[in-house]
Amino acid sequence: MPILSLITFLPVIGVFFILSMDSRRGELIRITTLLVSIVVFVLSLPLYFNFDPRGHEMQFVEKLPWIPSFGIHYHVGIDGISLFLILLTTFITPIAILASWHITKHLKEYMIAMLVLETGMIGVFISLDLFLFYVFWELMLIPMYLLIGIWGGPRRIYAAIKFFIYTMSGSVFMLLAIIALYFLNHRATGEYTFNLLEFYRLELSFAVQFWLFLAFAFAFAIKVPMFPFHTWLPDAHVEAPTAGSVILAGVLLKMGTYGFVRFCLPLFPAASHVFIPVVSWMAIVGIIYGALVSMVQDDLKKLVAYSSVSHLGFVMLGIFAFNIQGIEGGITQMINHGLSTGALFLVVGMLYERRHTRMIADFGGLTKRMPVFATLFLIVTLSSIGLPGLNGFVGEFLILLGAFKSRILYASIATSGIILAAVYMLWMFQRVMFHEIIHEENKTLKDINKREFAILLPLVLIIFWIGIYPNSFLRKMDASVNHLLKQAGGEVQTASHLQTQNVPVTPQIDIVSETETAW
Amino acid sequence: MLNLVSLILLFPLIGSAINGLAGKRLRKETVGYLACGAVGLSFFVSILVFCGLLLLPPEERLFEKRLFSWIESGSFRSLAALQVDPLSTLMILTVSGVGFLIHIYSIGYMHHDKGYHRYFCYLNLFTFSMLLLVLSNNFLLMFIGWEAVGLCSYLLIGFWFEKKSASDAAKKAFVVNRIGDFGFALGIMLIFLNFHSIDFTEIFSAASHGNFETGNFAITMITLLLFMGATGKSAQIPLYTWLPDAMEGPTPVSALIHAATMVTAGVYMIARCNVLYTLSPFTMTVVASIGAATALFAASIGLVQNDIKRVLAYSTISQLGYMFLACGVGAFTAGVFHLMTHAFFKALLFLGSGSVIHALSGEQDMRKMGGLKSHIPTTYKTFLIGTIAIAGIPPFAGFFSKDEILLEALIRGNFIYWSIGAIAALLTAFYMFRLLFITFHGESRVDHHVMEHIHESPKNMTLPLTTLAGLSFAGGFVGIPGASAINHFLSPVFGGHGHAEISGAETAEHHGAGLPYLMMVISTAIAIAGIFLAYQMYVKKPGLPKRLAERFRFIHKLLLNKYYVDEIYDAVFVNQIKKISTQILWKGVDVRVIDGSVNGIARLVGGIGNIFRLLQTGYIRNYAFYIVIGCIFIVVLAVFGR
Amino acid sequence: MITITHYLVLSAILFTVGVTGVLIRRNAIIIFMCIELMLNAVNLSFVACAHYLNSMQGQLFVFFTMTVAAAEAAVGLAIIVAVFRNKETVNIDDINIMKW
Repeated sequence: MPILSLITFLPVIGVFFILSMDSRRGELIRITTLLVSIVVFVLSLPLYFNFDPRGHEMQFVEKLPWIPSFGIHYHVGIDGISLFLILLTTFITPIAILASWHITKHLKEYMIAMLVLETGMIGVFISLDLFLFYVFWELMLIPMYLLIGIWGGPRRIYAAIKFFIYTMSGSVFMLLAIIALYFLNHRATGEYTFNLLEFYRLELSFAVQFWLFLAFAFAFAIKVPMFPFHTWLPDAHVEAPTAGSVILAGVLLKMGTYGFVRFCLPLFPAASHVFIPVVSWMAIVGIIYGALVSMVQDDLKKLVAYSSVSHLGFVMLGIFAFNIQGIEGGITQMINHGLSTGALFLVVGMLYERRHTRMIADFGGLTKRMPVFATLFLIVTLSSIGLPGLNGFVGEFLILLGAFKSRILYASIATSGIILAAVYMLWMFQRVMFHEIIHEENKTLKDINKREFAILLPLVLIIFWIGIYPNSFLRKMDASVNHLLKQAGGEVQTASHLQTQNVPVTPQIDIVSETETAW
Repeated sequence: MLNLVSLILLFPLIGSAINGLAGKRLRKETVGYLACGAVGLSFFVSILVFCGLLLLPPEERLFEKRLFSWIESGSFRSLAALQVDPLSTLMILTVSGVGFLIHIYSIGYMHHDKGYHRYFCYLNLFTFSMLLLVLSNNFLLMFIGWEAVGLCSYLLIGFWFEKKSASDAAKKAFVVNRIGDFGFALGIMLIFLNFHSIDFTEIFSAASHGNFETGNFAITMITLLLFMGATGKSAQIPLYTWLPDAMEGPTPVSALIHAATMVTAGVYMIARCNVLYTLSPFTMTVVASIGAATALFAASIGLVQNDIKRVLAYSTISQLGYMFLACGVGAFTAGVFHLMTHAFFKALLFLGSGSVIHALSGEQDMRKMGGLKSHIPTTYKTFLIGTIAIAGIPPFAGFFSKDEILLEALIRGNFIYWSIGAIAALLTAFYMFRLLFITFHGESRVDHHVMEHIHESPKNMTLPLTTLAGLSFAGGFVGIPGASAINHFLSPVFGGHGHAEISGAETAEHHGAGLPYLMMVISTAIAIAGIFLAYQMYVKKPGLPKRLAERFRFIHKLLLNKYYVDEIYDAVFVNQIKKISTQILWKGVDVRVIDGSVNGIARLVGGIGNIFRLLQTGYIRNYAFYIVIGCIFIVVLAVFGR
Repeated sequence: MITITHYLVLSAILFTVGVTGVLIRRNAIIIFMCIELMLNAVNLSFVACAHYLNSMQGQLFVFFTMTVAAAEAAVGLAIIVAVFRNKETVNIDDINIMKW
């Protein structure tokens, strides 16, 4: 059964269903969309269970010619790295749809946008053909743009355009680089193809790697977002509707980090190594900067948005540690961030629905009125802080351990991020949930209803699951991550040799392996 | 029997889960009995495990129970596995035992509180976390417990979250602990880097088999980083500031978490890593010095505080300083011994103060107490026992442990450590009896509205008090010099070091056999001097303290305001960071620089577009005209271009 | 003798007339007719060239052009009618809704 195609295009089929519906029958549209997304999730579960953790080869591969004259194929497949991102996508989407129950404006179009978005997101993670990848990459941009631009807050147009142009300007360079790879591959093998797996075999000179890495990295760094390309994120998050924020934080940001893992590292290993200091420092600055700026925000969504900058800094740091702990931690942290930050946005959305404000100062003392909500909120907050026993810790610890193994200094500075995380999250939690109720409006707030509970509960359960038994996730990615390291690390030697010969840029190369870290 | 060890963890966890999920629907009694029963069962199993351990020959007293593999990545592996050895057994007995008594006490104390089930849920969760901390067999699992007790402390300090001071204190506690945990986490990573494992047994055997020479830099860094974690959790200089504020929580919580168990986690951790610490003389000096400094520093603040619980809080910090002093000079047994006796009498004192507060309808200011002796006799009697114990009068528990620490400080450390310890002991005796005299003796300064409701606490509160009083009296007998059962019991863990016996032998050689006895006399004399001083000042001549305070206004004010450390921290760190984040990072870098340039580019493009826009008239005619011009241009180019 | 040049010159003149008409006239219908004129001028040169080169391709293309012209007439007139209904005028100076 072509399961990957099925989950990718099922939402599109759902779109046709919804198109045929009367736009006045809101409930029907909502339930259909939800059902479609749930079916997609259920169909994606066999991916996890049937995934063979022993091999690093792509699994569930499907390959059909698409535009054969240009060597473009419909070529999809997953490994242990993309597996969890797909599951995350299929898991988050129904939750996001459930969280948009209150949408009434252009409901039909909204739900269509959500489903198209899901197709785009899954497509990005499964594509093994760079052309196909690019198509999906741009495809998911459009519904997100519409979600922010139509269903967003007061400054939605500004935010939507900013989001769109930022991402576009990055992906243009990526497109250039993809085309360059296409021709370079032709020059090397005489074959025109966009097949990623073929590109992996290319041996590029350092100078070429350097520029192509930059082009790819630029696109991904914007998407992550890494400091200093992050300023679209707070605006987009603040203006986006709740579900938009959830998907943006939960899945879209992961495309940046996923891109680094899938493309930059294995395609341009030598360049990646050269860029370790640059990327790591950007990540570290992002961690601390994001945390500090997050701390002083007075808008809840902005606070969470900046905290994303900080969290994704950790992911990048882990990936560029170039060892198994770092990368596995990074991937775990991608999932964790999707879950806990997604949940935080949901929580903020619930508050917003009740009070129509996101200002921290407008709240206070909510625990008294909303005890169940308070408990769930606290768990989510703690997971974001990285409390051991919850998911955040597993990722953060492995990342820091990996970073520590490769560069002690980086890890030591980055670890201070966990202190700051406690400061900004707990301070926010205190101001929102504790103290006496000062505002009259807050005295009549209702605790969460069944739908809202159903939204948060699965997230909380998985937060515990990853925190207590992460091995069920880590084991599936071992082979793929090891293979990735072989691709990314194995060529280091040749690359450093090339570099000393003919490249003027000579930052020191970090030989990464199980070597003893010198004191 | 040792196999039962996982039950010790399981019971409180289940209790917490049930109370947390369904506590609202349960009856109050059920909630209380459930929570107490869970910890009680845990205590019972702990005793079984203890007996099981005693049945084994001393050198085989190490049992590991693997539950599952927690985090595995590459060569890194952290198991969820429990370790039973004399040290952890001693700890689980103390934690579950004292915890059990405090649970019972809480039934009475928290009876009228609306968050009854929430309280017991947290309290059980805390017990679980603390037991996990002491039972874990590797650093990372210990770190779960380490952070989880911090979380429970956060939840319980902020239990009355409507009060701003309470939620502030809770946040402060968590954040300050996090600063320590930062060090602890780095320490774990460094351990993994050097030992390629984080299992206690593997690390300690690697370390003790001479793979690392004494003074090894890596080991020094590891131990220092771990100690940083300990300063946070165990409230030592410079991270002690959260503990006095933590008194915002319900009093039984202060007793359980902020006196008897959680704050001793740092001491436990250092005792657990004794092998590493002894390899690093530098760290040992740091530990001992910080311990000694904290002991003195906190005691001096305790002299003038007026809040009954705050006095006890500073006394806790000071006593923890003692324990670190002991560990720092290598007398791990003495440290752990004091940890245990301190758990008894400090829990007693806190619960006693809780009983006072309960009787006075929530009043905590000692200036509004006085003469309570006859009104709440049971509380008074038990409190007196606790006070004597902490002051160090033989044969009460505190005497033996404190005396041992002072003795070890002199023998293994130097005269400075001893004298600091001795001065702190003097101060301790003084301020504890000051507390006792102001609260229970003299004339009543209680408001008469409050006076009408004054009552002795119910049975379920006094019972734990009397039990703890018994322990505070008798608990020291396990460590009588010369025939110390605790020394003997703990010797497999502390191996060649941390033994009073050995040091006793050395003592005999160097100082003559009489030294320990001389020291006993001296420390008793110190304690009595402190008590006498307090008696003179607060019973005989009640006007004297005031005159002294006026005479030494500056010092008094300095002490009363706790050396202004909180204010300094606020001014130097908290406010500066907030200011920098807001003004420079957010409004400067983010809004001005980055967004400014991004929007600037957008505006530039827009401006250029505005110029070209003028060509766009909207008249098709004009567009057609452009086309024609274009065509002509192309034709011209084609014809004449070559 | 009428050579190919005559045809081409005539075609050019017709085309220029068409272009000038499009550029200077205000009435949409007349502009429309001028466009037709341009198309027919091109048709003329197609036929002439086809005859001259003895090839059927030019002739064929005329059919295409005529089809397009017919379609254009249909759509164009419909647009003009629609515009007239809205604006009550076919003076193109009044129709500048393409301006942003």
